[in-house]
Amino acid sequence: MNPQFLMDGLIAGAIIGLGAIGVTLTYSILRFSNFAHGEFLTWGAYLALCISSALGVLGAGFTTPLGPFSFGWSLPIAAVLAIALTGLLALAVDALLFSSFRRRGSAIIIMVMASFGASLALRSLLEFLFTSKPAYFSQALQIAMKLGGGLRATPDQLAMLVVALVSVIAVHLIMTRTDIGRAMRAVSENPGLAGIAGIDVRGVIRTVWFLGAALACIAGMMSGLIIQIRPYLGHDLLLPLFAAAILGGIGSVPGAMIAGLVIGLCEAFTVQIIGAEWRSAVSFAILIAVLVVRPRGLFGKAS
Amino acid sequence: MMLDLLAYSAFFLTMALTYAVISLGLNVQWGMTGLFNVGIAAFVAVGAYTSAILTTPETADRFGGFDMPIAVGWLGAAIVSAALSWGVGALTIRLRADYLAIATFGVAVTVQLCMLNLQPLTGGAFGIGFIPRPFADLQADALLFSLANCGLMVVVVLALYLGLQHLSRSPWGRVLRAIREDETAAQALGKQSVRFRLEAFTVGGAIMGLAGAAQAHFIGFIAPDNYMPVLTFQVWAMLIVGGSGNNRGAIAGAVLVWGLWAVTAAAVSAFVPPEDQARAAALQIVAIGVGLCLMLLLRPRGLFGEVSPLARLRTRSPASAKE
Repeated sequence: MNPQFLMDGLIAGAIIGLGAIGVTLTYSILRFSNFAHGEFLTWGAYLALCISSALGVLGAGFTTPLGPFSFGWSLPIAAVLAIALTGLLALAVDALLFSSFRRRGSAIIIMVMASFGASLALRSLLEFLFTSKPAYFSQALQIAMKLGGGLRATPDQLAMLVVALVSVIAVHLIMTRTDIGRAMRAVSENPGLAGIAGIDVRGVIRTVWFLGAALACIAGMMSGLIIQIRPYLGHDLLLPLFAAAILGGIGSVPGAMIAGLVIGLCEAFTVQIIGAEWRSAVSFAILIAVLVVRPRGLFGKAS
Repeated sequence: MMLDLLAYSAFFLTMALTYAVISLGLNVQWGMTGLFNVGIAAFVAVGAYTSAILTTPETADRFGGFDMPIAVGWLGAAIVSAALSWGVGALTIRLRADYLAIATFGVAVTVQLCMLNLQPLTGGAFGIGFIPRPFADLQADALLFSLANCGLMVVVVLALYLGLQHLSRSPWGRVLRAIREDETAAQALGKQSVRFRLEAFTVGGAIMGLAGAAQAHFIGFIAPDNYMPVLTFQVWAMLIVGGSGNNRGAIAGAVLVWGLWAVTAAAVSAFVPPEDQARAAALQIVAIGVGLCLMLLLRPRGLFGEVSPLARLRTRSPASAKE
């Protein structure tokens, strides 16, 4: 068997893992599964595309490829701005929609349904603005490098793996070593008690939205750079994201990343053994297996 | 002209009523029990394909084609969809509420995949054609044919409506509402909430499968494209607009939302140049999404929301005091 599927699975898994961290954080702190999270990936990718194209129009220097990569300075600059904008988008959705349900103390399932409506609106809005034609950050073709052991990867793919690793370590450090991270864990344990202890629960909620959306934006840009950008990019990743969040255990950041990699590798393995047309069924099979065998996931706490 | 209009109205009403059946099924799951199903399209599709496989004439390169009567197809559709719902429900209903939502979302993705890839069973992307239509011998007279089909759907919806009304007033329906409002209290009274929820989810799934079969036989042709996530969204919009928990609301919402959808679709194809029609259709979906959120924010009870038993007591008590 060709070992190349390991590399493909690792990259797909990194994208799923980054997205799943956002799902797991919103789930553990806001206590509902956000069906609109996939749309943050798509919006992140399109925002980065718009900014990077705008920079390309301003000056040709921005788009000259950097070293071995397919993109110029325009993409890293666009990435920083897009991350901020996606975070603001998440805050705006929360302010317009979810905060009023929280204030009213609505049932959790009403929030799930609202997120479902929001995802529909956000996705079709992108389809309206950009049509369903796929878009690309750059048209440059890349030659894959030999890494030894029969593995090949393009420089872009390796760069994205490094970005994913750095992001996960950063989030893990934020969650375990900083005040806001401790506050987030406290709110996820018991929001009422955390509020009484003087923790700014609203601030924590804003941080969670921003952090989750920022990671979603990175994942969306990775997917856009390595594959392509389409309005259904995030929607098609939503099931793997949920499966990874549940397999990793709700609330666990390292769990979500590891589960994401597991799902990515399983998908790549399935493509190799059974065929690419059944790829999307892998996450469903894993999801059902986890719900039957161990509903709290690998690293989750028993409810 | 007049007759054309009448035939079109009958056609429109028949389509709207098939949606009303799905909406009634969702009302059993969501309105009566509070179970969130994001995979409606999958349960409808399973019903449609089951009935199509049972009733179509034999085909060379496809399994099935048993050429059975339409009634057998409809019954089979309801049974297979019920079995699928039971399976999904048995796995997830005892877990957190969102897990059922996530699992049904997964079912929708997987059923879509099966429709596309299990070619020997489903005909792949091209779907199944030549599904026998009810009253096929009347087909020569378009008006009579549409009216007969419309009449059949009216009977189906009416029968379901009466049956579900009876069910929701029965002890079983009261237990469901009790579990939805306060699960701990219901359990304290010795009601096994997981069992009742699973039953409601299965009944709802069976109704959705029946609706899928009715739709498939009315149109005569099915393909995976008919069962995209947008179908799920439309049915949710119908139930939320009509008012969840109320069977009359479910039917009225279906006719209203389908009417709006049909009118805007007609307007799009009449006034928008062909190259922009895909974008206009996307905008139509944005409107459904925003509408769903606004309805949840501004009028969560819908047009004919369920009147809570407590409110009913409150309005009744002054009258009884007077007596």
